[in-house]
Parts: sequence; structure tokens; C-alpha cells
Amino acid sequence: MTTLAVLEQRDGVLRKISHEVVTAAQRLGGGVEAVVCAAGAVQGADQAGKYGADKIVTLTNPAFAKYAPEACAQALADRAKQGGYRTIVFAASATGKDLAPRVAAKLGVAVAADITDLAADGGGVVVTRPVYAGKALLKVKVASQPAVLSLRPNVFTPVERPKAGAAETVAVTVPAGRVVVREIKAAPAGTLDVAEAQVIISGGRGLKEPANFKVLEELARAFGGQAAVGASRAVVDAGWRAHADQVGQTGKTVSPSLYIAVGISGAIQHLAGMRTSKVIVAINKDKDAPIFKVADYGVVGDLFEIVPKLTEEIRKLHG
Amino acid sequence: MKIAVCIKRVPDSETRVKIAADGKSLDEAGGGVKFVLNPYDEFAVEEALRRKEKAGTGEVAVICLGPAAAQETIRTALAMGADRGVLLQTDKIPADPFETAKVIAAELKSTAWDLILFGRMAIDDYNTQVGSLVAELLGLPCVTAVSHLDIEGTKGVAEREIEGGIEVVDFPLPAVLTADKGLNEPRYPALKGIMAAKKKPLEVKPVQPGAGALEVVALTPPPDRKAGKIVGEGPGAVGELVRLLREEAKVL
Repeated sequence: MTTLAVLEQRDGVLRKISHEVVTAAQRLGGGVEAVVCAAGAVQGADQAGKYGADKIVTLTNPAFAKYAPEACAQALADRAKQGGYRTIVFAASATGKDLAPRVAAKLGVAVAADITDLAADGGGVVVTRPVYAGKALLKVKVASQPAVLSLRPNVFTPVERPKAGAAETVAVTVPAGRVVVREIKAAPAGTLDVAEAQVIISGGRGLKEPANFKVLEELARAFGGQAAVGASRAVVDAGWRAHADQVGQTGKTVSPSLYIAVGISGAIQHLAGMRTSKVIVAINKDKDAPIFKVADYGVVGDLFEIVPKLTEEIRKLHG
Repeated sequence: MKIAVCIKRVPDSETRVKIAADGKSLDEAGGGVKFVLNPYDEFAVEEALRRKEKAGTGEVAVICLGPAAAQETIRTALAMGADRGVLLQTDKIPADPFETAKVIAAELKSTAWDLILFGRMAIDDYNTQVGSLVAELLGLPCVTAVSHLDIEGTKGVAEREIEGGIEVVDFPLPAVLTADKGLNEPRYPALKGIMAAKKKPLEVKPVQPGAGALEVVALTPPPDRKAGKIVGEGPGAVGELVRLLREEAKVL
């Protein structure tokens, strides 16, 4: 049975997280139909074929120029009903977290949300989801028709499995909706969101004062545009950094390839947001800090001596 | 302003997770689990109180699906200043959030609310959807993960964080909103509030949620991260750290 993979676009450009959705969808076997809501053609949508989409459907409506929660949900629910898909896969991105439950409710089912693993199981799907601040994993059999899933970002590494990727465009008629995105206030150019970065350098109380985050920003720059600077709850609550940068239970959940925790002790609430990172490095002056228990590599000492040295070494590599 | 706030009783995030003998649930009895009002719901309660205070009139009702012990959670919200509570009492919260949503929507349906508020997610099950599902069931507009809110009459403007920016969203009232951190700074219940809360109405209604289509197969501890190593002390250890990240971890 075909799986419907819901892609994401912003400003008419396919978002990279879409590749994760297609990759996860094709793991269920039985073919993948990718779908994206947009005002017109989506740049990069054809890429979905490379990751395993047999077919790529663009649902067009003028309302889809910006994210239109109600109209998108209606268009996708209509499509889902017509297609009789066994499974529908979303990304648990900011948009996916908003959209997936709307679509699911129209289909009379719930979302198995923020999953980190999935497998076909007889007529259903079995998924794994971190719960209790990441201190336990819940394995759930999803028997709903259809099964609606959302994927934790950065967990399902895109794998190329070229398929036909036959393109189809369908103009859809749906009400514009009552909830309207008026504008998007973009973050300053050149800043990468922690939720999307492959490398995150996070700072905590150990930085001593807000201005000292420039040490981390320099290290992030040394990674050549693929690193973001994150923050612990303590420094966000103190007003040193924006909430958008907070990693942890009341901030963002991240799974980058490399997470460098600098001057962060490692409270449970912080670990909840980053423990699924692939490689964790901790830099802290307290050798007994809990962060060293989850770190793959630790360096004990003064971050103001260690981080600049690390920046220098990384610069050499990225020359 | 007539405002409903839907809240949940959850284990405190510092709680040590002990898995029950069935291998599918949290051991609440033996584990010494401390329960609290879900932190995101605190933002929702606070916002409701501020909206009512600003309007100068109205009612804030808190609604909670949970066991008898969740009365304590409701009292916390009443101590903050909510007017009355409703406990939709069940021993077991369904694993399927759509079943939870159906029970809550059925309770909300009979009243004309101006606003229905939720926390954007519960910190125990991370389902992040009950507010949205309830909105769909009631046919109301919904804005999720609201970190800033302005309301004039029946028009609302909300801000929500997305990757790399902030979405500014227009919506009409009545509406369902889910609260994110940043929306406000929740108040601590004062002693006076705690005393007053004991006398506020708290209605208990037994409910029987359906079983739903999500079946828990197992609850397990996360795989241990491979024991890490302290590479060394001070800037002298950086060379070795970079070598390990390149050659062993292969992330550089």
C-alpha cells in the first residue's frame, strides 16, 4: 500500500526536511507518493524522486503562498481520503506539528507524534517515540486507518533510492480558512536555526555573561555556515539569549550530528532536548557535571581557553 | 471573557523514570513519582487569568482529564486564580490522543467559550496535538504554539516560532490556542490563593474514554549512550578532541 509523504516548502522552495520524510516513508515498502501544498511550482520538488518517491504531487492554490493551516489541512485530508493511503508521514517541524493533527482529526484519527523509528507490522505500523523527557522510549502499534505519523527532525538521515518521481500538479479548491499567516518575521540573515543545524554549539551559565557568547558564535562560524548557537534554559530565562535558541524541554528538541555543550551542567530538562544528538561533546570546568555522563567526549577546564583553541583547529580543517 | 483552560497532571521532569511490571507504563506507586501541573499549561492558565483581568469580567474554568489525584492539579490552577474546575475522572488516560480529545470536546461543547487554551504539549507523552484535535472536533479556529498574543474584540493576532523566524497569525474568536513558553511569566500561587482555592467549586465527572487505535507495545529505558571519555584537561586536550571527532566519530 502506498504511503503519502507530506513535503514542506517555504517561499516556493522545497525544505530539506522533506527528504527525511520520503526516506522514512519508503522504509514502509509499497511505494511512496509525495505531496506538497504550494501556490505554484516548487523548486526542488523533483528531488523527492531521488529519495524514493514514485510520484510527486503538487497541490496548488493561491492561499498556499504562505502556510495556510486550514486550507492545507483540508486539501491534504481530501487527497488522503481519495487515495486510501495506509500511512501518512509528516515532519515534526514547526509546520508539521501544527498541520499533522489538523489532517489527522479530519480523518478521525490521532498522530503518532515525534517518532524516532518506524517499521511496517502486519496491517499496521509500529513506531518508537521518546517520552518522559527522553528518559524512556514508548513503542506503539498504530492500528488507525490511516496511520498518521510525524518524524522527529534530523533522525531519519536521507538515503538516496532513486524512483520515477513522476510529477503531477493538481489545482485544488478549498476555503482559504479563518487562521491566516499575515507575515513571517525572519531571523537575521545568516543565522541558522538550532532545529535545522547539523552542528550546534550551546552555551550555559558557564559563559558568565551574555557578551561572552561571541566565543561560541566564532566557533559556529568556523564550521562554515552549518552550525548554530544554542542555549540552556538558565541563560534564556536570564534574558541572555532568545527563546528560539533554547534547547531542552521548554525549548527545542534537536538531533544534530555534533552537539557541543559549553558551560552547561546538564540538567534533565536540557538533556531532554539533545540526548538524541549523534555525537555529544562537553566542555565544562566541573569534572563532575552531569553533562559528562551523556557526552561522548569531554574536556575539563576553562572554556575561555578551550573554545578559542577549538575554533582555531576547526578553522584549519575548513580552511 | 469566558475562558476554558485544559490542563494535565504530569510527572515532574526531574522524576526518575521507573517502568512498571507490565513493561508498558510508568511505575507511579513504587517509584515515588512527583506530579505537577504540566509546565506549558501554566502558561495557558496565566494567559487566561490575564485576559479575564483585562476584560474586567468573565470566568476561567479549568478542565482536566485524569485520575482522582488530578484534583490536586486542578487546585493548583485554582490557587493561581481560576474560578472553577472540572475533573473528567478516569483511572487511565488513553494512549490515543484522539480519544482524549473526544472526551474533552464533549465537555467543552455545551458552553459558548470565547477562548479555549491548552499548553502546546504535555511533558510526559509529548503528543503535541490534543488542542488541535479538540479544535477540529468543535469546528473552531486554532493557533498552536503561541508565544505572543494580542486580542481586540473578536480579532486576535498571535505569534508562533518557526524555524528561522516568527509567524504572525490573524484569527477570529472564539478560538482554540495552545501556549508556548514566552507567552507570559506564570504567577506563583500566593497563600491567599491557596486558601481560596480550597473553597472554589470542583466538579468531578466520571468518563470512559474509548480504547483508540494506538496500542502501547512497550515502555523501555533509552539505550545507554556508549560510555564517553574525558579526553583531557584544558586547551592542550583540543588537538586530541579534534582527532577523535575526525577519525573515531567521523563528524568533522
